[in-house]
Amino acid sequence: MNNDEIRASLLKRSRASKNEIFGKVISGICITIIIGVVVSIFYFVASKGLATFFTDKVNLWKFLTGTVWNPSTNDAQGDPQVGALPMIVGSFSVTFLAAIVATPFAIGAAVFMTEISPKLGKRVLQPVIELLVGIPSVVYGFIGLSVVVPFVRRTFGGSGFGILSGTFVLFVMILPTVTSMTVDALNSVPRNYREASLALGATRWQTIYKVVLRASVSGIITAVVFGMSRAFGEALAVQMVIGNAMLLPGNLISPASTLTSVLTMGMGNSVMGSLSNNALWSLALLLLIMPLVFNILIRWIGKRGAMH
Amino acid sequence: MQNYDSSDRYLKNLDDGNREIALTTDDLHVAYGTHEAIHGVSLGFERFKITALIGASGSGKSTYLRSLNRMNDNIAGTKVTGKIMYRGLDINGDNIDVYEMRKHIGMVFQQPNPFAKSIYENITFALKRHGEKRKDVLDEAVERTLKQAGLWKQVKDDLHQSALALSGGQQQRLCIARAIAMKPDILLLDEPASVLDPVSTATVEDTLMELKKDYTIIIVTHNMQQAGRISDYTAFFHLGDALEYDETRKIFTRPKIKATEDYVSGHFG
Amino acid sequence: MTARKWDKVATTVLYLISIFIIFVLAFLLLYILISGLPHVSWHFITGRSSSFEAGGGIGVQLFNSIYLLVLAMIISVPLSLGAGIYLSEYAPKNWVTSLIRNAIEVLSSLPSVVVGLFGFLVFSINFKFGFSILSGALALTVFNLPLLTRKVEDSLQAIHYTQREAGYALGLSRWETVIHVVVPAALPGIITGMILGMGRIFGEAAALIYTAGQSSPPLDFSNWNPMYIASPLNPMRSAETLAVHIWKINSEGIIPDATQVSAASSAVLVLFVLLLNLAARYVGNRLYGRLTGVKERK
Repeated sequence: MNNDEIRASLLKRSRASKNEIFGKVISGICITIIIGVVVSIFYFVASKGLATFFTDKVNLWKFLTGTVWNPSTNDAQGDPQVGALPMIVGSFSVTFLAAIVATPFAIGAAVFMTEISPKLGKRVLQPVIELLVGIPSVVYGFIGLSVVVPFVRRTFGGSGFGILSGTFVLFVMILPTVTSMTVDALNSVPRNYREASLALGATRWQTIYKVVLRASVSGIITAVVFGMSRAFGEALAVQMVIGNAMLLPGNLISPASTLTSVLTMGMGNSVMGSLSNNALWSLALLLLIMPLVFNILIRWIGKRGAMH
Repeated sequence: MQNYDSSDRYLKNLDDGNREIALTTDDLHVAYGTHEAIHGVSLGFERFKITALIGASGSGKSTYLRSLNRMNDNIAGTKVTGKIMYRGLDINGDNIDVYEMRKHIGMVFQQPNPFAKSIYENITFALKRHGEKRKDVLDEAVERTLKQAGLWKQVKDDLHQSALALSGGQQQRLCIARAIAMKPDILLLDEPASVLDPVSTATVEDTLMELKKDYTIIIVTHNMQQAGRISDYTAFFHLGDALEYDETRKIFTRPKIKATEDYVSGHFG
Repeated sequence: MTARKWDKVATTVLYLISIFIIFVLAFLLLYILISGLPHVSWHFITGRSSSFEAGGGIGVQLFNSIYLLVLAMIISVPLSLGAGIYLSEYAPKNWVTSLIRNAIEVLSSLPSVVVGLFGFLVFSINFKFGFSILSGALALTVFNLPLLTRKVEDSLQAIHYTQREAGYALGLSRWETVIHVVVPAALPGIITGMILGMGRIFGEAAALIYTAGQSSPPLDFSNWNPMYIASPLNPMRSAETLAVHIWKINSEGIIPDATQVSAASSAVLVLFVLLLNLAARYVGNRLYGRLTGVKERK
């Protein structure tokens, strides 16, 4: 190329610069679509879910604290009976109980994987946990139905369906997630903390208990809250073992229901736009908001953890 | 670090009509956000010569070099002002097509960065993207550039092996071959030998001496012996200013500026 | 008790917990395989399901699962690649970008039943797609997109910046450099993420109950024209997948051999997911080796 050709080519828009604009547009469209999906999920679910309160004039407080769910009939004051408390209590019960049971196991396994035997942890437990994550939730539900429910029935009496069975199933389902996040939290504790403690004559357990676990408290709590968020939103596995009775649960072994179980059972049996349908969407809205609450909680814990 | 008077400088003006100038910068400033890293550097680079940019870490020599083919454009918050004249055009201007310009002003980096592709693909990939489809032309480019980079004998039977399997020195020579496959006018090298062992360094230096027949070379180096061995001109950078620019011989034997003298004699700082 | 004794006790407890977790997985897998595999036969895998009597198969459900999986991947792979590239390469560091990242994180934390209900409302009702493969594939895409996008972004970010500079210095655009240099180098991570995503999609049921539906129309497996109403490929027909089938026969309990069919279906489902998991590892390692000329991943 001679001088003039080079000069001309420098002043012209090249193939590459057109290609660059093309790339920006294409990738920009992709990200816009995802953002559009997020916005429309909130818009559509909220507009349906809020209709219960704005169109059907249901009192929010009554909705959250009422104990009778029977949208087609009215109560003594003439208000529709859409009390979501049984489901809210059901959802929170299985979530908290599953988290309470899973946490010691998750911490124990994570401590084993990071402090006791990293080799066995990496070779055996790590793949085991990855496989547990991969098992579909309907399979957990099926095993819950054919193993856990009969077990609970034989051991504790009743039908076997209920919060206890739901807890057992969710415990196994969130255990791998909580464990692997706890492993990350423990691994982020600097090596020299441990060495300093051991050098001072502490035993391995004292080091783990007093140094490593203390230093990773916020990470462990984050893992547990994340697991709870998962448990709260799990639908089919819980629905299959909880018994689906829309009653305020009196004990752990009588049939109950959760937000997700009512939604999976009920959405097909109601007419769009009717009060009973709108009320279901209100439950969906609750399900949509809860992960946000858990998310904010995780961030808040993370910030507090970073300050210490 | 000792404070030197930055107004005390000697910059040889090469643009005196006696030689061909490939590239000049005129009052070039580079700022990252609010921090100015280069405070107005004006230098001219002679065609088919090797010019070395030397100076301590943080002197701005690499930043300056990276501005010459606008590699700093992609770093958020960087602002380059002043003129960079190439073939009568200010290539720092908005009307210049950056991609086209970089075909003429190539660059080799400090870390060898071959693509995760075969040796053959490393050299031909950009050519193909720029529209060269003829197999014989591509084959010829691979052989020519690998020979020029002194790598042909070692890899001619493994052209379709992954480039990442090469040693560090071989990778860097492959990167040089890849850069000259574009047939650039000017080759910018940012400390190309700093991570290499002495033997690989020597081979890379031989390669550069060989290449200056066809290319104008500007090289940043922290190795003063290297600058002395291979370069025709040397610019000494200090805290974002070029303080001295002269023939390499003069810089290393009779520097005119105190800072340069301290630096080349190792009494710096 | 002395500190030393406590140390011994704690170590024992930790070993027991770890053994317990391994036992749980072993039990789950063995239970599914032992109670399921004896019922798995060629007839079962290819046969039609029955609504009331025993002896039904899962042929249609298996086909539906695979078809939905393919469609959902066809939609979500390019979208997540584009979005991941945007976030990794083009997104400026400002509050808008961090808002976008947060939005994607929120999307990934939504329960799949909410995604399913959203799909029901928007795709089935508003777009009038009804209970159809198309609605189901779109719902699965929504379910799959955030994780895939994250995985693509992370894999691209793991490729060193010097690789990009090499491309720019040769006069290539950022887009060319990403597509031809960075994405190929990041392929092991991206493919691994995609295969794991396929496993998640394959086992997903809650997002499909109200989008792809809980039944399949009679299919004519001799006509593969997608426009034909009874064609298996017709995207506007409803389609019960394998995972939905397991859920449905267990909740309805109409067919007498529900337990056997569920067990066998679960076995097929789990084997498929296991295979995908193994494939993800194998393909990831192989690709990594091919790209770098290194035999084993460190």
